[in-house]
Amino acid sequence: MTTHFANARLICPETGTDAPGSLTVSGGTIIARDAAPPADARIIDCGGRCLAPGIVDWGVKIGEPGERHRESFRSAGLAAAAGGVTTIIARPDTAPAIDTPELLEFVTRRAAEAAPVRIRHMAALTKGRQGREMTEIGFLLDAGAIAFTDTDHVTTDTKVLSRAFTYARSLGALVVGHPQDPGLSAGAAATSGKFASLRGLPGVSPLAERMGLDRDIALVEMTGVRYHADQITSARSLPALERAKANGFDVTAGVSIHHVTLNEFDVGDYRTFFKLTPPLRCEDDRTAVVQALASGLIDVLCSMHTPADEESKRLPFEDAAPGAVALETFLPAALRLYHAGAMDLPGLFRVMALNPARRLGLPCGRLTPDAPADLVLFDPDSPFVLDRFKLQSKSKNTPFDGARMQGRVLGTWVGGVRVFPQERPDA
Amino acid sequence: MPFRQRHLLGIEHLAPAEIITILDLADRYVDLNRRMVKQSDALAGLTQINMFFENSTRTQASFELAGKRLGADVMNMAVAQSSVKKGETLIDTALTLNAMHPDLLVVRHGASGAVNLLASKVNCAVLNAGDGRHEHPTQALLDALTIRRAKGRIQRLTVAICGDIAHSRVARSNLILLGKMENRIRLIAPPTLMPAGVQDFGCELYDDMRTGLQGADVVMMLRLQKERMDGGFIPSEREYYHRYGLDAEKLSHAKPDAIVMHPGPMNRGVEIDGELADDINRSVIQEQVEMGVAVRMACMDLLARNLRAERGRQIVGDTYA
Repeated sequence: MTTHFANARLICPETGTDAPGSLTVSGGTIIARDAAPPADARIIDCGGRCLAPGIVDWGVKIGEPGERHRESFRSAGLAAAAGGVTTIIARPDTAPAIDTPELLEFVTRRAAEAAPVRIRHMAALTKGRQGREMTEIGFLLDAGAIAFTDTDHVTTDTKVLSRAFTYARSLGALVVGHPQDPGLSAGAAATSGKFASLRGLPGVSPLAERMGLDRDIALVEMTGVRYHADQITSARSLPALERAKANGFDVTAGVSIHHVTLNEFDVGDYRTFFKLTPPLRCEDDRTAVVQALASGLIDVLCSMHTPADEESKRLPFEDAAPGAVALETFLPAALRLYHAGAMDLPGLFRVMALNPARRLGLPCGRLTPDAPADLVLFDPDSPFVLDRFKLQSKSKNTPFDGARMQGRVLGTWVGGVRVFPQERPDA
Repeated sequence: MPFRQRHLLGIEHLAPAEIITILDLADRYVDLNRRMVKQSDALAGLTQINMFFENSTRTQASFELAGKRLGADVMNMAVAQSSVKKGETLIDTALTLNAMHPDLLVVRHGASGAVNLLASKVNCAVLNAGDGRHEHPTQALLDALTIRRAKGRIQRLTVAICGDIAHSRVARSNLILLGKMENRIRLIAPPTLMPAGVQDFGCELYDDMRTGLQGADVVMMLRLQKERMDGGFIPSEREYYHRYGLDAEKLSHAKPDAIVMHPGPMNRGVEIDGELADDINRSVIQEQVEMGVAVRMACMDLLARNLRAERGRQIVGDTYA
């Protein structure tokens, strides 16, 4: 079936254009841009709203296996569809960790059955994410692992890590690191500074992130592995990243949506929904990271979707679980950067769709013919007040509860099939 | 100025005039406590529950005595050894207690912000008796009362706070209170025991005790929290005593009439010389304990007045609306 998206404002991150146009989709792929609608095409009038490539969200935690009460493939998929995310790159920090090809095949099958959007899986770099022995990187690659990471479990044994990096390098595998010095950040619940000290919270210096990044970059230099830093959140990490890129190392970096839209003061009176890993930074760090995102130094903006149930959040701040759900709030929150004038829309979709897709070797993230028809239609201006109980995620731990947001997703298509709002049989 | 607080969670929320209100009332309770018959009916008919998730002897005894002298029914929950150990969450414990209709809840907890969390879940007035490294408001108030009685004022004084500032809720509450009252505050500590970002607090920082004490009116020593010294913040106790322990020689750099304070319990020979601590001409450490009972009586009295006023409004509302 052929579908023609007429009267759209096309946001194309590849060409950097934001212009009126139309898109023709057939057989799950984009076949033409700004062409006349074919005679048999079903026409969707976009009413001048923005049509962009679907978001590729790198680093989503889904609770399968082990923590389905927090998030299942079904609920995460529905949340993603409602948020304009068409490809989820899932994290392996499940219980047990995804560290064998059998487990990877199981979650791949489950995800395909249950979720309306595409889900690709990262696998653990070391067994059980314990940092002692490397996983079967070759078998896992064959089974479809898209990248390898121990997420926030930082391996302290650099010998183990250097061997895992060297082995991954021989297979061309992409490794995702969490730049953080685990010794310095042990027990920390906030970024050290005046705010943490006044609140009496144990803090960690943002330099712990730089130390972790410096070490990982040295290992990249040593081994030549393809490396991505999951979250760069502090101004003082940026020169190290810039140097690594200037030296020609195969290094990219990401940042979570929360670290570019919130700062440490949002924690306020010990609000545990604002407890994240790494902790929220000061405003100077936030603005520096936004600039780095706009300039292209930081390549990827991700949601770091981390569902946590009420019980693990209704605790004193130090004891509460870190993390926040973000699949559905990702685009409206990111549009804050657009409304603040920090980034334009093609720039936003470059870091939310095109760059992660390219780095991960996926064909999506573009509006060019032959690309998959993974699309999001949204109104960047429509205002609303977020009610966390209306989220699709099983866990409702969003820091944006009650926040005024601007920008709504009107429709999401995966492979040319509309997944949000779901098509009713009679329609 | 009226005292408008529902809870006493920290000094941060108090207006300077409210602090003065508490101190003025506490002064009256000091007189009551020195009489033979130490009885008042300010809290008659009210129930006070002391919930100490961290072990405490002095503060708990002080709150208990304060409640009893004001005629409240006082109960001590031994939470440190009870259901909390069986995995009950703080909020469940709070809700359980709340169902017993207490009027005043005195809470100490090891996690910063835990008392704020608890206060958001119960209907009674909550008094923070110390939460983690955050605040210990009644200690700062009793220190202020002690200073005011010794110095005649609580403004425009030079106050040196010395010792383990990083781990001390007493230091935080005192910093905030003395800052609100427009005093000059000096923090003296080895850099490892200084909290991060403290340069933005509006106080002067010293790592040398003799320069820091120069011209001070008040010298507040802090307990070296041995139980929190898990990371080796200082090389040894004896080196700490040599550099930061208060003795007569170091005190001679302060004003000749400077007073010496300590929140207790003291580590004699670690942060303070034993003889100096007992010197009745310089040390006001025993007065601090006495003021503690009076300040806690004043705080509970004021909170109970607000509670009664609020409930009175509710009853009127129910009956005549």
